[in-house]
Amino acid sequence: MNIMSNRMINILVPVISIVLGLIVGAIVMWVSGYSPVTGYSALWNGIFGDSYAIGETIRQISPYILAGLAVAFAFRTGLFNIGVEGQLIVGWFAAAYVGMAFELPKIIHLPLALLAAAAAGAFWAFIPGILRATLKVHEVIVTIMMNYIALHVVNALIKTLSGGGFKLERIHQSASLRSDFLSNLTDFSTLHYGIFVALAMVVVMWFILEKTKTGFELKSVGFNDHASRYAGMSVNKNIVLAMVISGAFAGLGGAMEALGTFGNMSSMGGFTGIGFDGIAVALLGANTPLGVIFGATLFGSLKYGANNMPNAAGIPVEIVSIIIALVIFFVACGYIIRIGLIRLRKNKEAK
Amino acid sequence: MKKRKFGLAMSVVLAAGTMLAACGSDKADEKEPADKPATGNEGEKSEFSIAMVTDIGGIDDKSFNQSAWKGVQEFGKEQGWEKGDGGYDYLQSTGAADYTTHLNNLTRRNFSLIYGVGFLMEDAIAEIAAQRTETEFAIIDGVVDAPNVASVLFKEQEGGFLAGVAAALMTKSDKIGFIGGQDIPVIERFEAGFLEGVKAVKPEIKVDAKYTGAFDKAELGKAEAGRMYSSGVDVIFHAAGATGNGVFSEAKERKQADKDAYVWVIGVDSDQYEEGKVGDDNVTLTSMLKRVDVAVNDISKLAMEGNFPGGETKVYGLHDNGIALADSRGAIPQDVLDQIDEYGKKIADGEIEVPEFVEKKK
Repeated sequence: MNIMSNRMINILVPVISIVLGLIVGAIVMWVSGYSPVTGYSALWNGIFGDSYAIGETIRQISPYILAGLAVAFAFRTGLFNIGVEGQLIVGWFAAAYVGMAFELPKIIHLPLALLAAAAAGAFWAFIPGILRATLKVHEVIVTIMMNYIALHVVNALIKTLSGGGFKLERIHQSASLRSDFLSNLTDFSTLHYGIFVALAMVVVMWFILEKTKTGFELKSVGFNDHASRYAGMSVNKNIVLAMVISGAFAGLGGAMEALGTFGNMSSMGGFTGIGFDGIAVALLGANTPLGVIFGATLFGSLKYGANNMPNAAGIPVEIVSIIIALVIFFVACGYIIRIGLIRLRKNKEAK
Repeated sequence: MKKRKFGLAMSVVLAAGTMLAACGSDKADEKEPADKPATGNEGEKSEFSIAMVTDIGGIDDKSFNQSAWKGVQEFGKEQGWEKGDGGYDYLQSTGAADYTTHLNNLTRRNFSLIYGVGFLMEDAIAEIAAQRTETEFAIIDGVVDAPNVASVLFKEQEGGFLAGVAAALMTKSDKIGFIGGQDIPVIERFEAGFLEGVKAVKPEIKVDAKYTGAFDKAELGKAEAGRMYSSGVDVIFHAAGATGNGVFSEAKERKQADKDAYVWVIGVDSDQYEEGKVGDDNVTLTSMLKRVDVAVNDISKLAMEGNFPGGETKVYGLHDNGIALADSRGAIPQDVLDQIDEYGKKIADGEIEVPEFVEKKK
């Protein structure tokens, strides 16, 4: 009889919040003199319109899945990893560098480039992890600052490595995630095999959390670190481990951009935003591996499909940004609603 | 109780659906008749059409992209086209990942000639041009070696030189600033020319040159300009796109606080006179015009006549009006203008060769 079960809330809240976001978005379009129907059909076509759009949408989703996993994994251990952006940037750089600097057979080169990205991301997350574990420095502050360090260090490295230029050379074909097959299948989209890497990592996260002792310890620390310590677990070790694994996911997210979408790395004027969106992706997905897929799909689709709104419906980029932000805003509110609903239920049960 | 909540939620969703449908349909009715004939006309009117993809700044960056869009618009209107398919149009990028998508979208809408505006678009143009060999592309500020791509470069150093001469002649404190966007070759050409121009007039001046690292962050430009003006700098040349708007707001604030403050900004790419207005005063000394619009017009014309310069690199400079200084509207006295003109002539005649690179860097 309990309609407000967890499952019910999990499904209902995102759906309601997306719909609310779309409605307010429609009002914004309507008020500013554009047809919401044309606008949303452009959005829809931008996402699913043809094989090219679908290919590009999937391509956009891949890094979002990994960024979402990174945030979600840290969340489960009670850590707020705001540094996914920075970890993604160093991962991007590491993959692009390995892809460019070595010439190896594909079977070694591609995994090596992916590993390098994961290792770089893991290292970047290890620093806030160890600071949190040993000195109790809050990871939010450290990771935010690490983002800036990553951005500017990587820009400087690109400049040095390219002899004063602004981008690295393209990676060798042997490190590329792109394939002619996928490209032809989707009418020359930049779709690449990264989506399979991302989905594999979803399984990895699920496996670690649900099927291993380590995963149990990580979650336990997330629920209550005092109790975990009392039970004989090393809280510090688990904090560092959670950050490292989270960073590895983020680094792989960067590898998607390096080995798939762009094939190199240019010096950046600002953050990519993928890492920050990863926070929302994880929240939307309730920090579960499967949920992250849905969150990333929503984000990636909106982000990519939005490109078609100026293209096909003539809606200015600024209005489109407002609409997309509204959807995300309502999704974030949905999280608040969810907590409210859960609290309400708990109160009821207590009575 | 719980059931009722669920019901409420459902009705909200339903109501939402109806509202959406409602406000959607009546707007569509209004708009569509207006749209339809327009698109119908254009389709028949011309086989040739042009479009452009902007960089992150967008067509209202008061600078580089705006100048390109001006060129596209002017060319389109000259032909009697309308904005949209079969005429002229643009798409604005919000990040590097958008370039290929936008180029592809425009190709699929059958534009004959597509401009990629900005150095950072090189890779994307190279990739799409290789796939879509039927379409003609042009890259502004970059070089792509492909039979269906025309590359357009500017001798920014020549305009930078004149801006440098103007700054050196106008400064009272003998302190001059340069604010760049990202440290990329194009912007370095502005800087190199500017330094050289200052040196030609007053070799003892050391220009305070800083890069903000971004083209779309006005707050960084404002902070940097604030630091420079406070340190005694009285003329700043910016080559930073929308970041430079912050330089203008800092200068204007200072002018507003103290009418006698001696602060100047030299604008870039487009004539930025309007940007510098503070009441009756203006902080814009002049602007270094990079006539992307001239280049766009030129290439479009060639392409329409069937002489598209594919595979070639066209370089625009002072001698063909691709680069110029804007009207200073009285900010620069006539004797100074005469000196600037003299330098301009020497450069156009090839008497002065302005370097492309800043010395310390190479």
